[in-house]
Amino acid sequence: MAEIKIKNVAKNFASYQALNDINLTVSDQEFMVLLGASGCGKTTLLRIIAGLETATQGEVWINDRRVDHLPPKDRGIAMVFQNYAVFPHLTVFENIAFGLRMHNHPSAEITKRVHRTAELMHIERLLKRYSGELSGGQRQRVAVARALAMEPDVILMDEPLSNLDALLRLEMRAELKGVLAESKTTAIYVTHDQVEAMSLADRISVMNQGRIVQASDPVDIYRNPAEKFVAGFIGNPPMNFLVADKRPDGRWTVGGQPYDGPSCAENTLDFAIRPEDVVLAETGIKAKVNVVEPLGAHLLVTCDVNGAQFRATLDSDANIGRGDTIALQPQLDRIRWFNPSNGMRQSLEKNDV
Amino acid sequence: MQARYLPYVLIAPVSVFLGLFFLYPFYLVAQTAFYDGAGWSLKNFQEVTSYWKFPSSFKNTLWLAAVVVPIQLALALLMATMVNAMKKGRDLVLYIWTIPLGISDLAAGIIWLAIFEQSGFLNSIMHGLGFIDRPTALISYQNPTLIFVAIALAEIWRATAIMLVILVAGIGLIPKEYYEAAQVFGAGRWKQFVRITLPLLRPSLSTALVLRVILAFEVFAVVQALGGTLFPVLMSETYAYQFELLNGSAAAAVALIILGISIASTIAILRVLRVPKGATI
Ligand SMILES: Nc1ncnc2c1ncn2[C@@H]1O[C@H](COP(=O)(O)OP(=O)(O)O)[C@@H](O)[C@H]1O
Ligand SMILES: [Mg+2]
Repeated sequence: MAEIKIKNVAKNFASYQALNDINLTVSDQEFMVLLGASGCGKTTLLRIIAGLETATQGEVWINDRRVDHLPPKDRGIAMVFQNYAVFPHLTVFENIAFGLRMHNHPSAEITKRVHRTAELMHIERLLKRYSGELSGGQRQRVAVARALAMEPDVILMDEPLSNLDALLRLEMRAELKGVLAESKTTAIYVTHDQVEAMSLADRISVMNQGRIVQASDPVDIYRNPAEKFVAGFIGNPPMNFLVADKRPDGRWTVGGQPYDGPSCAENTLDFAIRPEDVVLAETGIKAKVNVVEPLGAHLLVTCDVNGAQFRATLDSDANIGRGDTIALQPQLDRIRWFNPSNGMRQSLEKNDV
Repeated sequence: MQARYLPYVLIAPVSVFLGLFFLYPFYLVAQTAFYDGAGWSLKNFQEVTSYWKFPSSFKNTLWLAAVVVPIQLALALLMATMVNAMKKGRDLVLYIWTIPLGISDLAAGIIWLAIFEQSGFLNSIMHGLGFIDRPTALISYQNPTLIFVAIALAEIWRATAIMLVILVAGIGLIPKEYYEAAQVFGAGRWKQFVRITLPLLRPSLSTALVLRVILAFEVFAVVQALGGTLFPVLMSETYAYQFELLNGSAAAAVALIILGISIASTIAILRVLRVPKGATI
């Protein structure tokens, strides 16, 4: 049982506020991904949980125990560093054994655990080597094995795959997911790569400028972004936004078409729809095609709607060329609305999400 | 010019210089040491090693190195760790600690003589505080231990900084993430020092040790100032043979003995502190 609670954590570097009132609960055995652009504070938050950085304010709880005053070694955590930090002067075996030796495990137990985790990470044959004799991918495996060997309550990972080439990253991603699910460890995983986040996470916390803007499961984050920032950040290509003007009858005009929307005081809203949630139709939002990119499975069409850029992924059989004017019909239940003044999502009904 | 000859051309001047002013004199010294007037022999070595002062000067030299160098190493490590942990004023502290480096060894010996002399600081203070009735001659043949201590202190004071400088540079090269990883995996401060700093510092440690050990075997001016003839060392024997007994062959033989133990200890240090292939930072 290892639940992590982060309460009102803030961090200032001199006058720069890197983290701002972070609240987050990670449940036992959950795989939580911190996702955000570079510089948004992911590493800082992870290091505060690890105890490598001291929060300016707030509390960190692991297993119903307040740990923010404890040194890293007493927090029951293990960590995989972005640059792996595999000790160069120790063999792979001794690297994996390092934490166990520090915690005075009997040597028979150490040997057993090292071999077990090495086997799990497919590095049994490298045990006698030094880090200088390993490839990036192998070093990464050693770093994970070293963490897993501790059988920690919590495993923290800071962009562990970002230094690998694309193919290896894909392979390690799947492997990591399997191994961690097996180990029943609570995991916090930092990444700026949304595909990685989507594929690994039980839950994603999207961060922006030192804040957590939304924490939810991947599909919910994708379908129901809590803020315009999330909608524009998640998805490749991201969500489209169009200006919606309120009509006298309470409906909304988007690209010349009327749509049902929220009933609220605002006179303009941001209408949002994902590129794959529109279809070609006889009537609909008028769009002038600027670029057509055939991607095999579908066409990625970049158009102009009243001066705003709008992307649609359409069936690859569609016969569309640059300069055409097309009509796009959004799938009604996939339309989302955002308040342009604060970027928050505008719910349809007062008691809706 | 072909690129593969370029490196050799570039190192040619320094090679000529070393050959002319180091290898050739060395050859001459070796020739003098192994020549007995009629042919090659070890006679000069037999002569110097059977001289009654040789065992004590040999022993004194080794003892001094054996006591001074480890203390200097420990101090230099402690000081380097402290300097490295400092956030502000680090450079200032480093400058102050390395001041003794700028003082010649004879001057250093004289400074410490001024402390230990009959009319020196130490006597004055002890007398002033009433610990002793009247100033006594601390450095005399009745007090060999104190002579040793005075020389050791002077050497430590004078030459620890050279190790410090090398170690500070070496510690600065160790990436911080290794310490963070060690911390996360359960190492306290002492274990981080023993398990991370020391092994990753091996290249700097061996440089510092080789340098210091060789210089320790060549100790001369400090000993001369504080111990005079009361504390013979190999270097003072070389000097005596050359300039007092005017026996150049014997002086050359002692010099080669010093060279021999220097080479032996250098090899030993490099071996013990060798970093396996692939295990460098
Ligand atoms: N030790 C530090 N001193 C000053 N500023 C820092 C320090 N560490 C991080 N920062 C700043 O805090 C912000 C967040 O950094 P970080 O947590 O590393 O971001 P991320 O991991 O999301 O890329 C950045 O703007 C960074 O420049
Ligand atoms: Mg980071």
